[in-house]
Amino acid sequence: MRSLRAGKPTYVVLGVFTLGSLFPLVWTAIAASRNNTRLAQTPPPFWFGGNLGHNLSVAWTDANMGTALLNTVIVAGTITAGTVLFSTLAGFAFAKLRFRGRRPLMALVVATMLVPPQLSVVPLYMLIAELSWTDRLQAVVLPALVGAFGVFFMRQYLVHALPFELVEAARTDGASSWRVVWHVVFPAARPAMAVLGMLTFVMAWNDFFWPIVALTQNGSPTVQVALTGLGRGYIPDQSVIMAGALLGTLPLLLVFLVFGRQIVGGIMQGAVKG
Amino acid sequence: MTDETAVLAPSAAGSERPAAEGGDRRQLWRSRRYRWDLRWSPYGFVAPFFLFFAAFGLFPLLYTGWAALHQVELTDPDAMTWVGLRNFTRLWDDAFFWNALRNTFTIGLLSTVPQLAIALGLAHLLNYKMRGSAFFRVAVLTPYATSVAAATLVFVLLFGRDYGMVNWVLSTVGFGPVDWQNGPFASQVAVSTIVVWRWTGYNALIYLAAMQAVSADLYESAELDGASRWQQFVHVTVPSLRPTIFFTCVVSTIGATQLFGEPLLFNGGAGATGGSDHQFQTLGLYLYEQGWVNLHLGRASAIAWAMFLILLLIAGAARLLRRVSR
Repeated sequence: MRSLRAGKPTYVVLGVFTLGSLFPLVWTAIAASRNNTRLAQTPPPFWFGGNLGHNLSVAWTDANMGTALLNTVIVAGTITAGTVLFSTLAGFAFAKLRFRGRRPLMALVVATMLVPPQLSVVPLYMLIAELSWTDRLQAVVLPALVGAFGVFFMRQYLVHALPFELVEAARTDGASSWRVVWHVVFPAARPAMAVLGMLTFVMAWNDFFWPIVALTQNGSPTVQVALTGLGRGYIPDQSVIMAGALLGTLPLLLVFLVFGRQIVGGIMQGAVKG
Repeated sequence: MTDETAVLAPSAAGSERPAAEGGDRRQLWRSRRYRWDLRWSPYGFVAPFFLFFAAFGLFPLLYTGWAALHQVELTDPDAMTWVGLRNFTRLWDDAFFWNALRNTFTIGLLSTVPQLAIALGLAHLLNYKMRGSAFFRVAVLTPYATSVAAATLVFVLLFGRDYGMVNWVLSTVGFGPVDWQNGPFASQVAVSTIVVWRWTGYNALIYLAAMQAVSADLYESAELDGASRWQQFVHVTVPSLRPTIFFTCVVSTIGATQLFGEPLLFNGGAGATGGSDHQFQTLGLYLYEQGWVNLHLGRASAIAWAMFLILLLIAGAARLLRRVSR
């Protein structure tokens, strides 16, 4: 690794990129604080108005944002918990345990990453229709509960982070596999579990294609599906739509504000090891 | 496997005889349970993945091929009529399919190429030693945390024809207003912009990680040879990153073929047509329109298979290209 000192131009260019990255988000808040008439004028507003509270409350009731946010928290939370747990278990087995069929099974895990999701969306829909799950949250949660990326990620981490001796020592003490997992694997895997958890949460929160297919009747939508509904009004009120977009984005932005550095580290780590 | 079991199982059954008969039996039972646990628990650990994959991944995958050969309507998914390859031949004669394919290709190009080029430059800058580097990294990644839905709704406003910020800026520097929603090419540029905005920072971080793994010796020797920073970037950084660049190209291409949310919502709520004249309808959107708007699940399956075949073709072409360029 080399690190030359940055000159002034670097700061300027990075500043421009930062502005480009953040501006649409800031402007969402600006637009959400105005009203529809003001948004239909030139020049567009560059500073906040006084309508934020009103727009937020309209978006809240019109798009049923309270329910949608709650649903999204449930969906993203369950998917995250399941993915982290199952990925850690499978990653541990593939990294540190010897069993018949380990290699072909791992190859199968990796191969599943290459299959585009569109290829299974029609039968998946028929399946959940058969189970009468359309419009129910489990239709979104269950198919996303495990993922090849998670297994792969945890395996790569545990190969290096968990010494064989530790597992064997616990074994010699007569610990059962579950005790080994609980007392040795989970503590060793905790940093990677945190990163995988955050990445999964962001992905699950923002997922769009499958929720919009599975939650067609808008009975219990996620935030993303609810936002789509907001845009479909007869005469859409843009400032209310922006308020809805703000509501749907803020929770994740807060997560980002707190864990941003870890998420950055996780993506970079996954990139090198993957 | 068996040798490890032998090493790890400490008190093999019956090797020593404890005083009490009951204790012996308990010991026997415990060690048997212990070996059983050693042998089967790995399968227990990987089972959840494979169970869920079988139910929600493998079964649908295989079934898609079957459904594509049938006429199936969303209104009654149980009634399937065998039609052979008709879904595919219809697709071949379908102007909208070719239109969607063309759009997917153009938008894919318009979004992937600038995205990766900018990401590479951005990563280069982020690699400098500087104050606030953590802040810049988080800041450029923020769009990644924004959902397709929220991002697209904002960009619809920014790209508005009459009052949008983009056209306002253009008009102040002396360009006429662009009809970002209806212009065939303009709308594809606008949709691509959303993709570029959301994913550039993410790719920059992937490149940055790879850059930090490049050996400093390479740069030192380049500097000794009198290479400027730009020459170092072109002749040291980019060649060292080739595997990573290839990887991001593959991932972005796969992402581009599946583009769905951006064109759906860029339509201002007018549905899945991808604009008044289908000018930015992608394959992913066309699949959705056929399946969940026009209710033809069989045809949607055929489109899914076509998308998969196209991906395989691209993958084959990429392999060929790699072999030729090596």
